[in-house]
Amino acid sequence: MPKEKKTMNLNFGPQHPAAHGVLRLILQLDGELVEKVDPHIGLLHRGTEKLIEHKTYTQALPYFDRLDYVAPMNQEHAFALATEKLLKIEIPIRAKYLRVIFCEIGRILSHLLNITTQALDVGALTPSLWGFEERETLMTFYERASGSRLHANYFRTGGVHQDIPNNLLQDIEKFCLNFPKTIDDLENLLTDNRIFKQRNVQIGIVSKEEALAHSFSGVMLRGSGVPWDLRKSQPYECYKNLDFKVPVGKNGDCYDRYLCRIEEMRESVKIIKQCIKQIPIGPIKTIDGKISPPSKEELKESMEALIHHFKLFTEGYRVPKGEVYSCVEAPKGEFGVYLISDGSNRPYRCKIRAPGFSHLQAMDYLVRGHMLADVPAVLGSLDIVFGEVDR
Amino acid sequence: MELTDLNKLLNSELTTKVSDSLIENNELLIHIEPNNLNSVLLFLKSNNQCKFKQLIDIAAADFPNQEKRFKIYYLLLSHENNLRIKISIQFNIDEKIPSITKIYPSANWMEREVFDMYGVKFKNHPDLRRILTDYNFKGFPLRKDFPLTGFNEVRYSEKDKKVIYEPVKLEQNYRDFDFESPWEGTKYLKEIKDRKKDA
Repeated sequence: MPKEKKTMNLNFGPQHPAAHGVLRLILQLDGELVEKVDPHIGLLHRGTEKLIEHKTYTQALPYFDRLDYVAPMNQEHAFALATEKLLKIEIPIRAKYLRVIFCEIGRILSHLLNITTQALDVGALTPSLWGFEERETLMTFYERASGSRLHANYFRTGGVHQDIPNNLLQDIEKFCLNFPKTIDDLENLLTDNRIFKQRNVQIGIVSKEEALAHSFSGVMLRGSGVPWDLRKSQPYECYKNLDFKVPVGKNGDCYDRYLCRIEEMRESVKIIKQCIKQIPIGPIKTIDGKISPPSKEELKESMEALIHHFKLFTEGYRVPKGEVYSCVEAPKGEFGVYLISDGSNRPYRCKIRAPGFSHLQAMDYLVRGHMLADVPAVLGSLDIVFGEVDR
Repeated sequence: MELTDLNKLLNSELTTKVSDSLIENNELLIHIEPNNLNSVLLFLKSNNQCKFKQLIDIAAADFPNQEKRFKIYYLLLSHENNLRIKISIQFNIDEKIPSITKIYPSANWMEREVFDMYGVKFKNHPDLRRILTDYNFKGFPLRKDFPLTGFNEVRYSEKDKKVIYEPVKLEQNYRDFDFESPWEGTKYLKEIKDRKKDA
């Protein structure tokens, strides 16, 4: 008598340490083989897009910190760029450099978290302890510039909120000198590690065509051998003046994606160093009084400034009618904002394009036929943060 | 290839299928009819000069005051040509929109999200379920007539020892201020003025 085939349904998450947040996977298993995955998302859905429709442009910005909360400023950047595009304003050069410095810090923050937790998922504890120490240093830079470690709310339409304090650039430079050593240490632990390789090499392979068809972006796309980086191909801010390489993978497996992230951290350090060298002294936000608020000194002396200040913080500025899409190369991929303005002081519609959303969608395709133990490894290499997937 | 060339190419190749096209803020927006959606996207994806192989996102918007209430924007990207394009369709609540999952597999979740948020139904979608909202959620939250505070709130009940749903109770209703310029006077004052003028 032939044995009857039995499949088992397994519920993975939403409270599972390897689920990277609140992800619920319904796995259909044949023994240890995964036959089908149905990800249930939305457990962290906060209705960001709806909330933004009810806020002024200035008030809408902090919501972007709360999307991908490991690299907050990169998200703010996309929204700031979108409003600037509608308002047709150019920001001062110093602001551009400041934005790039903090975006690259965000990239290191995100990649450190991803690499170390991916290692944690496959059984290595030490990298996360070493990585998080560096993350702490980076977050103090965030704090010194914006006042808070995570939810920075530092970028503004037309520039950044305030100039950075004295010595911050020197300290960042010092960090840039020491940090490559930490990357070497991490690589010592992982790159040639037999267990790490066994768990990641040839796991979750994506071909070039599939990566395009599944709307992959960022490292997920580059890991599969597509040399595409928005900082190079559609440069924004001052990326044109900076010299950096775009690491590209060959095999499109979890291991290649890990290598890409390691290299990207090194490139980010290079970018920050160049920015510190090139950054000029000057204004940090547009001088258009209808968009950026006046300084405190002016406020004490000029009636005009007082009125502008009051109007800007109650009514906000009005943004001309129009529809724009603007995107940035966030650590996780292309993060975009589709902004529809009806000419009032609030966005009519703000669609957020989160890279993690399309990456997670491919979960079923990626782990089908793999073993159950590979699921956390693949999930780790996707670099999912639920703040942005669920919005 | 530049956006203007692409615009010319599309207008000459797709002729009547393009209802409207404009370049604004350095972005090309093409307006088409919903029933042409699949053929236009297939052309954009497979044509040798276009090669829009990647669907970046599907964004929907609700315009309650317009005759056809909903708009959907398809954002496409061509890596080869380094170009982006936006395709838009406009339609009524009762219309069913052809699903594009056959052309772009990644449209699956994006269309699910549009369905979840706006209640737009897609023809031939393999798995049209809600995606971001709670299990058993009712209503379509991103429609303009859906209140920001929602209808139900959820909490853990100590009495019943389980999570329960209740109608939203607020100490103070959510206040949506209008930002009519106080220098020009509020809306009702303006209306009175206008009436006087007319009389």
